[in-house]
Amino acid sequence: MDKKKTVVEEIDRGLYDIKNKDRYRYKASKGLTSQIVLAISKEKNDPEWMRDFRLRSLEIYNQMPLPTWGPSLHELDMDDIVTYVRPDTEMKGKWQEVPEDIKDTFERLGIPQAERESLAGVGAQYDSEVVYHSVKEELVKQGVVYTDMESALREYEPMIQEYFMKLVTPNDHKFVALHGAVWSGGSFVYVPPGVHVDIPLQSYFRLNSPGAGQFEHTLIIVDKGAKLHFIEGCSAPKYNVTNLHAGCVELYIKEDASLRYSTIENWSRNMLNLNTKRALVEKNGSIEWVSGSFGSKISMLYPRSILKGEGARAEFNGVTFAAGGQVLDTGAAVIHAAPYTSSNINSRSISKGGGVAVYRGAVKVAPNAHHCKSLVSCESLMLDDLSRSDTLPVIDIQNDEVDIGHEAKIGRISEEAIFYLMSRGISEQEAKAMIVRGFAEPIAKELPLEYAVEMNNLINIELEGTIG
Amino acid sequence: MAEKLLAIHGLHAAVEGKEILKGLDLEINKGEVHVIMGPNGSGKSTLVNLIMGHPKYEITAGSIAFEGEDITALKTYERARNGIFLSFQNPEEIPGITVEHLLRTAKNAITGENVKIMAFKKELKQAMETLKIDNTYASRHVNVGFSGGEKKRNEILQMMMLNPQLAMLDETDSGLDIDAVRIVSSGVKHFKNEQNAILIITHNTKILEQLDVDYVHILMNGKILQTGDASLISQINENGFLHLGGETPDSGEVNMLHG
Repeated sequence: MDKKKTVVEEIDRGLYDIKNKDRYRYKASKGLTSQIVLAISKEKNDPEWMRDFRLRSLEIYNQMPLPTWGPSLHELDMDDIVTYVRPDTEMKGKWQEVPEDIKDTFERLGIPQAERESLAGVGAQYDSEVVYHSVKEELVKQGVVYTDMESALREYEPMIQEYFMKLVTPNDHKFVALHGAVWSGGSFVYVPPGVHVDIPLQSYFRLNSPGAGQFEHTLIIVDKGAKLHFIEGCSAPKYNVTNLHAGCVELYIKEDASLRYSTIENWSRNMLNLNTKRALVEKNGSIEWVSGSFGSKISMLYPRSILKGEGARAEFNGVTFAAGGQVLDTGAAVIHAAPYTSSNINSRSISKGGGVAVYRGAVKVAPNAHHCKSLVSCESLMLDDLSRSDTLPVIDIQNDEVDIGHEAKIGRISEEAIFYLMSRGISEQEAKAMIVRGFAEPIAKELPLEYAVEMNNLINIELEGTIG
Repeated sequence: MAEKLLAIHGLHAAVEGKEILKGLDLEINKGEVHVIMGPNGSGKSTLVNLIMGHPKYEITAGSIAFEGEDITALKTYERARNGIFLSFQNPEEIPGITVEHLLRTAKNAITGENVKIMAFKKELKQAMETLKIDNTYASRHVNVGFSGGEKKRNEILQMMMLNPQLAMLDETDSGLDIDAVRIVSSGVKHFKNEQNAILIITHNTKILEQLDVDYVHILMNGKILQTGDASLISQINENGFLHLGGETPDSGEVNMLHG
């Protein structure tokens, strides 16, 4: 494992910054009006209920204020965000058929290679549309569905209508309302009762177009007693205009089912990443979130687990790395809505060069949810005096028979530890990188291998030039 | 004639404005074993940390040369790559980094080439056997949850694996029980050859039993007060440092050594 890491560490950030020529078939005009929403709906051949849903969401979006808490979003001008960009290609089922420049981008990011090596299925979204989707045949035979949302809407319409934006509703906040109006692309997964998908499914989201928004919707239903590991990766090249990502993830975990949802996010530094993720967990089911946040200019991301059934479990392992100019406001929320539910939140954040890393989390225990257990642990590491770390945990407990623990640690990188490693011949930069990687290790070990490698690679890139 | 490895002349050094070394001279040749003894607070740890290049200590006068080259401007990792090693008195914990990973990264850095995995693993296994370290420690995080004795053995393991020209042992034996000292001592003996040299700071003689000590230096008040052969050790053990004269600003601690 170590060997593999060292090999990959040599890749540079340039990989993520490769821009392709902005070649598209249809591009909505700037700003957001009902005409644009209708045009998107028409372009996508939405059923009537979906078109109405979009319009209703737009109304809610127009009425709602921006959030009054968290990082400042003043630089976001919705009139400047192109909501919908359709790449000039149809969705392909064969990798060879994907256009060269798009294919090349994903090849560089290692997506098809990952599919060949270790994945059960792969989806790749370029700008607003999914350009590639494939799933292993034996899974199809077992009734597993893995497809893009548009195809799902055609082929599994009743199921989509039952679940789509019922867990995250347009009324929740302004950006999900926006999402409801202009959503495009994303993945739909259904795992039938009792089916264990032993190798992960993966979706990769890539935003190429400047000044565009990405609003993909991910809907996953893991039926009774079934098991799934889903991986999502995100990246975009750097442009000088602001891009917006307001995706939405809805995860339904039925009785005795389990889902692991891993993300590594490396949006470019012009991205406002306002993503909403939520899981609803039934009796004895479990959700495990693994999350790595590295990119974007501003992130607001707090995956929420609602433990609805008795004995449901949630686990969150997240690492956030905020460099200069970044405000990464991340965390996790758990609602204990039933007795005997348990949760474990483990967050590590790193800030350097004036970056701001905030842990914002909530644990709520409902009055009926007796015999719950929850443990929250957040640690922050600041690499210099310019950087900032905040920990804002909210704990709201409404009954007495619970076992709740919280620990938080904020510290600076140890000069003695750097000296110790340097006394072993290791350069100052590598010594710092090792300490940071070690700090993030409890999370990294939960990530799929190639993502752990990518994360270490990102840490190395981030630490280049920190000495001086 | 013996080849000169380390040459320190007229070294004055301070930490946070307080002068600790006040004109120290020391020369070490290849193939030699040097022991430095002295009361607490006399500047022993300061000396080895200075040689290693700790940023906290400031050289106010004098020079440190290694293999004829002044190293005072070199970074710590450059000194390590030149062949200087320090076994720390209080080794740092590095969470998330395994012993094996640290050793391989360090060895790659020092040798300037990627070590061959199989050969490295074999060498590591042998060194761990010599030091009676359970092989599961290779995949444990550096010093995290290690006992005092385990941390010290881990230092000697690193010394054996990195094979420096000058190994400095800062109270590597303190806090160890008799068996552990014996194990560490045999590791040091195993390491020692005619091409390298060892500088040992100790309050104890157990670690020296398996070694041929060439010089013993008494460091007091920031200077080498006396240099002799191995027989000086037993004198100190019998009489302490006080009879050697000189000022003893922290005689309280010196008296404790007698007790």
